[in-house]
Amino acid sequence: MRNSLWRTGAAFTLAAVTLAACAGQSPTNDTAASSGGSDTIKVGILHSLSGTMAISEVTVRDAELLAIEEINAAGGVLGKKLEPVVEDGASDWPTFAEKATKLIAQDKVATVFGGWTSASRKAMLPVFEKRKALLWYPVQYEGLESSPYIFYTGATTNQQIVPGLDYLKEKGKKKLFLVGSDYVFPRTANKIIKAYAAANGMEVLGEEYTPLGHTEYSTLVNKIVEAKPDAVFNTLNGDSNVAFFKQLKSTGISADQMPVMSVSVAEEEVRGIGVDNVAGHLVAWNYYQTTDTPANEKFVAAFKAKYGADKVTSDPMEAGYNAVYLWAEAVKKAGTTDVEAVKKAAGGVSLDRPEGKVTIDGDNQHVYKTARIGVVQPDGQIKEVWNSGEPIKPDPYLKTYSWAGGLV
Amino acid sequence: MTAPEQSARRWLGPAVFSAVAVLALVAAPLLLEPFRLGLLAKYLCYAIVALGIGLAWGQGGMLTLGQGVFFGLGGYAMGMYLKLNDAAGDLPDFMVWSGVEKLPALWKPFGNPVFALAMVVVLPAAVALLLGALVFRQRVRGAYFAILTQALAAALVILLVGQQGLTGGTNGLTNFFDFFGNDVAADETQRGLYLLVAVVLGALYLGARQLVRSRFGRLLLAVRDGEDRVRFLGYNPATVKTLTFAVSAGMAGIAGALFVPVVGIISPALLGVVPSLELVVAVAVGGRFALAGAVLGAVVMGYARTYFSEELPDAWLYLQGALFVLVMTLAPKGIAGLAANLVRRREVRA
Repeated sequence: MRNSLWRTGAAFTLAAVTLAACAGQSPTNDTAASSGGSDTIKVGILHSLSGTMAISEVTVRDAELLAIEEINAAGGVLGKKLEPVVEDGASDWPTFAEKATKLIAQDKVATVFGGWTSASRKAMLPVFEKRKALLWYPVQYEGLESSPYIFYTGATTNQQIVPGLDYLKEKGKKKLFLVGSDYVFPRTANKIIKAYAAANGMEVLGEEYTPLGHTEYSTLVNKIVEAKPDAVFNTLNGDSNVAFFKQLKSTGISADQMPVMSVSVAEEEVRGIGVDNVAGHLVAWNYYQTTDTPANEKFVAAFKAKYGADKVTSDPMEAGYNAVYLWAEAVKKAGTTDVEAVKKAAGGVSLDRPEGKVTIDGDNQHVYKTARIGVVQPDGQIKEVWNSGEPIKPDPYLKTYSWAGGLV
Repeated sequence: MTAPEQSARRWLGPAVFSAVAVLALVAAPLLLEPFRLGLLAKYLCYAIVALGIGLAWGQGGMLTLGQGVFFGLGGYAMGMYLKLNDAAGDLPDFMVWSGVEKLPALWKPFGNPVFALAMVVVLPAAVALLLGALVFRQRVRGAYFAILTQALAAALVILLVGQQGLTGGTNGLTNFFDFFGNDVAADETQRGLYLLVAVVLGALYLGARQLVRSRFGRLLLAVRDGEDRVRFLGYNPATVKTLTFAVSAGMAGIAGALFVPVVGIISPALLGVVPSLELVVAVAVGGRFALAGAVLGAVVMGYARTYFSEELPDAWLYLQGALFVLVMTLAPKGIAGLAANLVRRREVRA
């Protein structure tokens, strides 16, 4: 008897399925209901506010909110104020995709500023492409990508890694050791470095990866010491840098004898690692807090006024801050927030930003940026020792570099 | 208890099941926006895993902290098929930028949908059978078994991340276009997928319920409450536990496979130690001694996660934790235990 009741229940369910299948169309979308008419423009901000990436991404969110506040204070865009909708990506890639969908489908934001790790960008990419919405991604990355619905305001490889290698070559560093976290950016970066080395008479003595968050570096540092490279190219991310630089310092080898060139260590990270452990080593970026431009003076002052005098500014923060301004400029030029119109208007948009002149390349939606090599100073700031002189044209697929022919 | 009350109780289960079914299959697709329906589909995928955990842990006493492993195996099996199908003879996108030039042998059979779909269940069940056969025969149980499953989850994540060219590394597999002839991003496809997930969950629930009520289920309960006694009675507890573990692994595999087209990504972050633990927490909140409790817990915790993180992006993790602590303090047997108490109390009063 009991079982037959359950069978009735199951049959009922089956009937319900059929009913649902025949119910026809899903509820109609109320598109454009919230986008028109109101006197604000909603923009999404999607960074990790919790989890391992929070320490870095929160600073980018702060910089983007500052840009929105400044733009609103200056009258907004197209006569409307910007209204940020902040979501937490939680250092979890599927969550980035979910929140991106929420911002686009439910909040109907005009654009989204967000992401840090390549994995979070790869997870969001299909969402933006399929829904034809815009993402502004503010962090240097491994290149080999050019989505029609993403604008990349951080450096691609030919604006950071290649200049870093040029600098090492110029200084006569012929033997390199590669250290990186185990994910797509370091692996791709090292592929490029190996191709560069092969074409430029440099030698790669070793290539080692550790999991994200790894903190035990005695074995790896011993390997480096034994290999005796002229320089180390470091693509470690996050906390691992702390343990790595401490361990390296304990060997007594100085930064002059064997400099470490890092591409993921900025002002914020220098504080975390401890200046004593990293002073004298090299970094490659497009912006430092010390970069000498009028726009940067204003940016640093405004950031400290809003968030505290002890705060530092860094490259990804500046790239996020720029992204908001570049988008606003493209919207003004297009006269609308419509995605396709903004995309079309964005090409050629050029602004004087804290890092110097930046121009959007309409072909690949990356940005012309000046490469800058710096040395970490004992006070935690970074001093520029070399720059490319002019903004470098972004080349995410390294098509103009003959040695990179076999990469893509 | 008088006769009419007994019959009322008999009706209660099927009535609640049918009501929930109507709500899930008719009301939800009509009332929810496509985005919210997609989220519900995701919670229901987790509910399928939770059902398996409820079976293994609640009924069988095997605390499995590595259910993400089986979820991942199912998810990757489906993801590999979808990737190959999208690539249509070429290499999947991530292999191109990882420097892989020829399709690895491991991937080749997954181009066949029948093989891939079979692997969704076969792979996780086979791994569970193997692990169970090795572990339960040696009478490893309790915390040792839990630690072992957790270690397995951690190991799988390291393996997947390390083999970027083969697995997509930390990025995992993403950017799918076609799901058996349907555009995976289209609202209608997503609605169909939601209904598929809901029906699969319903069917698996009925199946699991039948299993628990069978002779085998009674044996399973007996093993949970007194393994040695069962052994002295002439049964082999290792066999009972291994089979149950394999069934729960198979369920997680199915959930993983459904998750991939619904959410559009499968990555190591989804199957490591933390997500596996989150599911066990969800089962505890829902009530591990009732299968319906496990399902309920997964949906409640999934919804709470979305709701809290949208309302308070800066502090939602604290709320999520507080919810767990609150439920465990007020109702150690979870929401289902609370509901059962209410029903019982009313009957006593009547």
